Amino acid sequence: MSNLALKTATPPWSDDGELEALTFDIAGETFALEAAIVREILDLMPETKVPGSRPFVSAVINFRGKVIPLADIRVALGVEPAAATIDSRIVVVEMDLDGVESLVGLRTDKVNEVTTLSRAASEPPPRVGMKWPPEFIECLIKREGEFIIFPDLRAIFASTRRAV
Amino acid sequence: MSNLDPSEIFRIEAAELLEQIEQGLLDLEHRLDDRSLIDAVFRALHTLKGSGAMFGFDALAAFTHHCETAFDRVRKGLAPATPELVAAVLAARDHMRALVEDQFGEDPEEERILLDQLQRAVTGGAASQEPAAVAVAPVAIQAAPTAPADATTWRLKIVLPENAMINGTNPLTLLDELRELGDCQVKADRSRIPPLEHLVPTELYLSWDVILKTTHSRAEIEDVFIFVMDEMTLEMEEVTGAVAPVADASQASNVTVLPVPQAPVAVAETVPERAVPEIVPSQADVARQEAAADTRLRRKTESVRVPAERLDELMDRVGELVIAQSRLSQIAAGSMDVQLRTVSEEMERLCSELRITMMVLRMVPVATLFDRYRRLVHDLQRDTGKHIELMTDGESTEMDKTVIERLADPLVHLVRNAADHGLEPEADRVAAGKPGTGRITLSARQVGGEVIVTVSDDGRGINRDRVRAKAEAVGLIQPGQELSDSELLQLIFQPGFSTAAQVTNLSGRGVGMDVVKKTIESLHGTIDVSSKLGEGSTVSLRIPLTLAIIDGLLVRVGQGCYVIPLPAVEECLELSLEEDFRSRGRSFLSLRGSLVPFIRLRELFATGTQPDPFQKVVVVSTGNERVGLVVDQIIGDHQTVIKSMSKLHDDVTTFTGATILGDGSVALILDVANLVAVGQQQEAQLRAIA
Repeated sequence: MSNLALKTATPPWSDDGELEALTFDIAGETFALEAAIVREILDLMPETKVPGSRPFVSAVINFRGKVIPLADIRVALGVEPAAATIDSRIVVVEMDLDGVESLVGLRTDKVNEVTTLSRAASEPPPRVGMKWPPEFIECLIKREGEFIIFPDLRAIFASTRRAV
Repeated sequence: MSNLDPSEIFRIEAAELLEQIEQGLLDLEHRLDDRSLIDAVFRALHTLKGSGAMFGFDALAAFTHHCETAFDRVRKGLAPATPELVAAVLAARDHMRALVEDQFGEDPEEERILLDQLQRAVTGGAASQEPAAVAVAPVAIQAAPTAPADATTWRLKIVLPENAMINGTNPLTLLDELRELGDCQVKADRSRIPPLEHLVPTELYLSWDVILKTTHSRAEIEDVFIFVMDEMTLEMEEVTGAVAPVADASQASNVTVLPVPQAPVAVAETVPERAVPEIVPSQADVARQEAAADTRLRRKTESVRVPAERLDELMDRVGELVIAQSRLSQIAAGSMDVQLRTVSEEMERLCSELRITMMVLRMVPVATLFDRYRRLVHDLQRDTGKHIELMTDGESTEMDKTVIERLADPLVHLVRNAADHGLEPEADRVAAGKPGTGRITLSARQVGGEVIVTVSDDGRGINRDRVRAKAEAVGLIQPGQELSDSELLQLIFQPGFSTAAQVTNLSGRGVGMDVVKKTIESLHGTIDVSSKLGEGSTVSLRIPLTLAIIDGLLVRVGQGCYVIPLPAVEECLELSLEEDFRSRGRSFLSLRGSLVPFIRLRELFATGTQPDPFQKVVVVSTGNERVGLVVDQIIGDHQTVIKSMSKLHDDVTTFTGATILGDGSVALILDVANLVAVGQQQEAQLRAIA
C-alpha cells in the first residue's frame, strides 16, 4: 500500500522528465491528469442519483455496461457547483480504491487536449495564497504564463471518505 | 490460466480424485461386496499415488502407496471389505488431503496410527503374524507355477477399442500379465485388419483369443484388465473337459514379439508361454496404465475450468449487447424500413438466447453440493451413536456455482441440527414405533426462478412449548406474547437461540441457525420451517437461481426507477389520499388487522417531487418482519442483472447494487433487509413515545 502511495505521490514523470497528460477545465482553472489512467471521455449522459450518498459522488452512470460512480471534484475543492454546458464532459479514469481497481467518472467543464508536460516547469503548491486546499494539489506546472494544476486524486478521494 | 503452477494443477486433480475416493468409500459402506466400487476406489488411489509422485508430492505418494497396497488385498479377495476398513481408509483419505494441501506436511506419528488402523481393518483384527507388513510391503504377485492339478481352464476373448493405444494402453503388457497367471495360449484375430492403404498405424485392429490354464480366480484374471475394463469387451468362460487348442496350423511358429506396439499388425499370432513370469510390472507399464485411467477420468467429467471473473466479464459484455440491442429496436420501431426491423428482431432473439446461454454457463448441479453431506452424516453417525440414513432427491437441479458455494455452510448447520436435535436415539424411535434408523432427506427442486432446497428429518419434531419457554427465557419475546405458529418456529433462527438442553460438540451453542438465516438472506432467499411433533421437521430454503440475476419489481419514486427484489415482496396495495393524510405522522398502515410500519421512499430519497395522486404501497418482508414502501408508481416485473456499486458508495446502505434498464439508464436495487430495519426502528421509536 505504501509502495503504491509513493508511486502515485508525484506525477509519474518519465526518465527524461516528461509526462503525457490530459488537460481539462474546472471552475475556470486548468487541471491535468496523466493520460495513462484516462479510459475514456464521455459526453454528458443520463445519470442516476443515489439518494443518501455524499454530494461528492451523488450519482452513477452506465459506462459500457458497468455502473460507475460520477465524482464532482468541485465539491471536494469547495467550489460552488455550476450548471452543465455544451462543453461539459465526463472523464473516466481508472484508479485504486482500497485495493480495488475501479472506474470513476469525473465531471469537467471542458476537456482541452492531451499534451506533454515537463518536470522542469513543475513546482510544489504554495502553502498560502491558493484558493484550493494545498493538500489536494500534487504540483503546479507552469506553461505559457499559466499554471496547470495536477490534483492528487488519491488524497481527494480519501478525504471525502473520511469526512463521512 | 496458462501460468498455473504445476502443483496447483495437481491439487485440482487430486481434489477430484480424493472426492472420488470418498464417494466410492461411502457407497462401499452400504454395498460392501460391490466389486466395481472396490475397483473404482483402488484405481483412484493408484492414480493419486502415480500423479503425486510425478508432481513431487513424495510424502503423499508414499502414504497413498500403503493405502493402495492394503486396499489391493481387499480387491484380490485376501481381506474382506468391512465398515472398519471403510472408516480406516476414510481417515487415511483425510490425511492424504492434508498432504495435498501441504506438500511436505508429513506427520510420521499420525501416519503410523492411520496405517495401524488400516492394518487391523485388513487383517480383521486377528493377531497378525506380519505386523505392518501389509501396509509396507507390496503384496507380491504370486508367480504361477505350471498349472497344478486343480487349475481351471478359461477361454478369454479380448477386444480393445481401436483407439486404445492412443491412450497409452499396451496390449502386449496385458497379454504378458495374463501369462504370469498360468499356462497361456494366445491367438490373435486378424479379421479386422484393413487393406494396407486404409491402415492407420496408430489404430488397434487386433483382438485376441486366449486359453488360460490357471489356479487364479476369475476376479484375479479380470484384474489384469482393470484399467481398460470400461472401454473394452472381455468375454470369459470356463472350459471344462478337453481343451480345443486355439492354435491353428501356425501354432508352433515362434514369432518374435515386437517390443513397441506401434505396428500392431506385426504382433505374433501365437505366443508361447514364457518360462519365467515377471513379478513386478515395469515403471513404463504403470505409467501407461495410469494414463489410461486418467483418460477415463477425464472423459467422465469433461469440463473446462474458467475463472469466475471471466464469466463475469462475458456477462458484462452480454449486458452491453442487450442494451445496444434495445436501442436498436427502439430505432427500428420508429422506422419504416422493413429490412432494419427484420434485422432488429433477429438481434433481439439472438440476444435473449445468448443471455440464457450465459446464465446456464454458471450453473452446476446441486449433486456436487449434496455429495459433501454424505461424509458429514457418516461422521455424525459416529459422534451421535445414532443410525442415520441420508436420502437425496433432485440432485440434477442446477444452480449458480457461487450460490451453491455459499449454501454449503448453512446446510452443514441444518444437517447437524437434524441429526443432533431432530433425530431421537434409536431406543426412543423404536418405542415410538418408528424404524430404528433415522432418516435425513436433502432435496432440491426448481420452482420458477427459485430453487427450493429442503432439509428434513423424521425425528421428534420441534417442541413449540420448549421454543416458547426458551425464547421467553432469553428475552426474545414477551411472556405470553401471541405468535403465529410460523413466527414461533422462525424464532429458532434468532441469534443466541438454542433449545438443546445440553451443549454438544455438534450443535447447541446457539450459533449456527442465525448464521443460516443471515446467509440465506444475503442470497436474497427466505427460510420456511414446518414441523410436526413426533413426525419430524422440514426446513425449506428458497433461493434465487443465481446471484447475477434476480427477479425484481421495478418501481418509480419521483423521477428515479428502483428495483425491489421480488422474493421479498409480499403484496402491493394502493395508498389513497385520505389514508395517506390520515397516516401522516404515525406512518402505520393497518393491514388485515395488524399494523405495518411504512416508509415513504419519496421522503427517504428526498426527491423533492409531489406525490402521485395514486401512490402504491409495496409490502416487503424478511421472515416475519414486514414494512411497507410507499412508491409513486409500480412499473412491473424486471429481470435484473445485478451490478455491484463502487467502493465510493460503501456508505450508502439503502441499496445492495444497481442494474441497467432496457433504455441504458441505471436503476438502484433496494436493500430490503436494511429498509425493514429502518422501519422497525421507526416502530420502536413510536412505541417508545406512546
